[in-house]
Amino acid sequence: MTTASESQSRPGDQGINVAKVTANDVNVYYGDKHALKGVNLAIQANEVTALIGPSGCGKSTFLRCINRMNDLIEGARVTGTITLDRQNIYDRDLDVVQLRARVGMVFQKPNPFPKSIYDNVAYGPRLHGLAHSAADLEEVVITSLERAGLYAEVKDRLDEPGTGLSGGQQQRLCIARAIAVSPEVILMDEPCSALDPIATAKVEELIDELRENFTIVIVTHSMQQAARVSQRTAFFHLGELIEVGNTEQIFTNPQHKLTQGYITGRFG
Amino acid sequence: MQFLTLVAVLLLMSAAVYRMGRGRAQVLAGTEARSLHSLPSYYGYYVALWCGIPALLLIVGWLSLEPFILRSLVVDALPTEAKALSPARLSLLMNEVRQLAASGDFRFSSGPVASAAAEQYRGLRATSFGAMTVLALSLAVGGAVYGMRAISPKLRARNRVESAVKVFLVASSTLAIFTTIGIVLSLLFESLLFFQKVPLTDFLFGLNWSPQTAMRADQVGASGSFGAVPLFAGTLLISVIAMFVAVPIGLLSAIYMAEYAHPKFRSIAKPLLEVLAGIPTVVYGFFAVLAVAPFLRSIGQSVGISIASESAMATGIVMGVMIIPFISSLSDDVICAVPDSLRHGAYGLGATRSETIKQVVIPAALPGIIGGILLAVSRAIGETMIVVMAAGLSAHLTANPFASVTTVTVQIVTLLVGDQEFDSPKTLSAFALGLVLFVVTLALNVVALHVVRKYREKYD
Repeated sequence: MTTASESQSRPGDQGINVAKVTANDVNVYYGDKHALKGVNLAIQANEVTALIGPSGCGKSTFLRCINRMNDLIEGARVTGTITLDRQNIYDRDLDVVQLRARVGMVFQKPNPFPKSIYDNVAYGPRLHGLAHSAADLEEVVITSLERAGLYAEVKDRLDEPGTGLSGGQQQRLCIARAIAVSPEVILMDEPCSALDPIATAKVEELIDELRENFTIVIVTHSMQQAARVSQRTAFFHLGELIEVGNTEQIFTNPQHKLTQGYITGRFG
Repeated sequence: MQFLTLVAVLLLMSAAVYRMGRGRAQVLAGTEARSLHSLPSYYGYYVALWCGIPALLLIVGWLSLEPFILRSLVVDALPTEAKALSPARLSLLMNEVRQLAASGDFRFSSGPVASAAAEQYRGLRATSFGAMTVLALSLAVGGAVYGMRAISPKLRARNRVESAVKVFLVASSTLAIFTTIGIVLSLLFESLLFFQKVPLTDFLFGLNWSPQTAMRADQVGASGSFGAVPLFAGTLLISVIAMFVAVPIGLLSAIYMAEYAHPKFRSIAKPLLEVLAGIPTVVYGFFAVLAVAPFLRSIGQSVGISIASESAMATGIVMGVMIIPFISSLSDDVICAVPDSLRHGAYGLGATRSETIKQVVIPAALPGIIGGILLAVSRAIGETMIVVMAAGLSAHLTANPFASVTTVTVQIVTLLVGDQEFDSPKTLSAFALGLVLFVVTLALNVVALHVVRKYREKYD
């Protein structure tokens, strides 16, 4: 297990006060393919950390390590440690179900369940037995929808199927579904790539608001988006973490040639 | 034999003409392939179609009209006393004439009238065949010449050939549809004959099935009662038992195959399960009679229940086994069609595998699964061989699965096996049963396909 003082000595950890998630020498293999190579990265609590980089650079792979979604992929193998509040999530004792209750996820494509809007949001709380009565549950659902900025739009049709909403609304429904279980960390895998600009703006605004209560890690292909929503940015290239720092610094004064090349659009 | 030769000659001519047409198009094109509207082979097809199709159509038309024309010619030439025969006798005589003419052996002729007519028939047929051959061949040559003359760089041969292909495809599918309509109509007309003798309400709501009609007024034991309710109740009972066997086993194995099984295991186990669908139903039949029924009966004896050796239970269980692959295969397909994003969504919220399946995957796949089950039900209702071998013959109206019941299909078979007279309600009732069965399974299929299609729209 890594101590805070140790992790502060690492080059990728500058400016971290409270590391919520810390990755130490994380390697991921898909069969023979070495997809992520020795990544060390600390994620600051109550901040938005953006992971950027060209396609296939390992940023989504890293994201999926944080709630062990890589476990679902046939032939995927993870080495190294990732700690959540100093507890190694790859520990044998750790229950992946509890981990995923603490680390929620929003996917690239909105994936509401073919259930009513209400049941979509109530799914997580029911699963983990978070609500003790129907009234409790209703409160959780309504609060989550409000925090996701969706309640005003759907309050009259909570019993209609979630799949009937527009793409942007569906994605906010998925965010509401994720925050209904009160996770500590929310992972977002290109949450706006299937959305139009207006829906994207709404979701970005929402991410900024959610920062107050959650630690957010977002993978994005849009550098403007990373610049708009994140406080810290990590740049990946070919499975390696090249550079990490304050978003402003990364975008105005990148230290590494590759980072410079990527954000100025020379490759990617 | 001569006929086959004629068709073969026509096909060979078409093939030869195809080469000629293609060659001519190539010559016309010269070095500049772009000057032709279509590829040279399309010109070949174009000429070949002109050569083959009109001639083949002529042959088909000729052969379908020939018997009627020959018949009227022969009947006209019959002596007056033969012409005065009743229509039924006349058609008997004509049957004999045709047979004599076909065999060429007049030893068994019923008399000089028939022999003379057969002689004339033979002659007419030979003339007719000759005329047909000449006409068809000249039509083929004419078509080929017309086609060859039509070849020019501007001729839109590709479009013409494409539309000929389309007409051919439309004709094929129309034929299939008309066959279905023909089957329905033949059922319908015989059923109408039956309902003239037995009122529809007696048939649909009567509780007593005993199709023996009296041949003589003083005959005993010929009640002639056509209440179909016991038959449908029997069919329903056996189908319900089959479903109780097939739905849980089929569905659970589909879930295992789709969600849990290792791909390697799945690639072996799934075809093995589908082998069940390839076993002939007659084999299932004797499995039911020789293995399942005695086994059930001995269990029944040891626990003190009397189980008939032709019990609905044994039949239903075996039928259920037969249906398992339908349900498992269809359910497996719809479960696999549920997008992975939904599964990941549930896993991402901390659901376990079985929770994900129970709460997300199955609800999402449910319409498709129900569609599959309905298709399986219609298959169970229409199943014949297993029930003929394993279910009883006498119609009891009972809900006891250990008693012997009979089904609609069993009765249709027993009613139509052996010598039949097609004017007695006993025989005709088979058609009425068939019609009702057809309507029920058709309705189930329509509902099932509708359900499946509605589901498909959601994720594609």
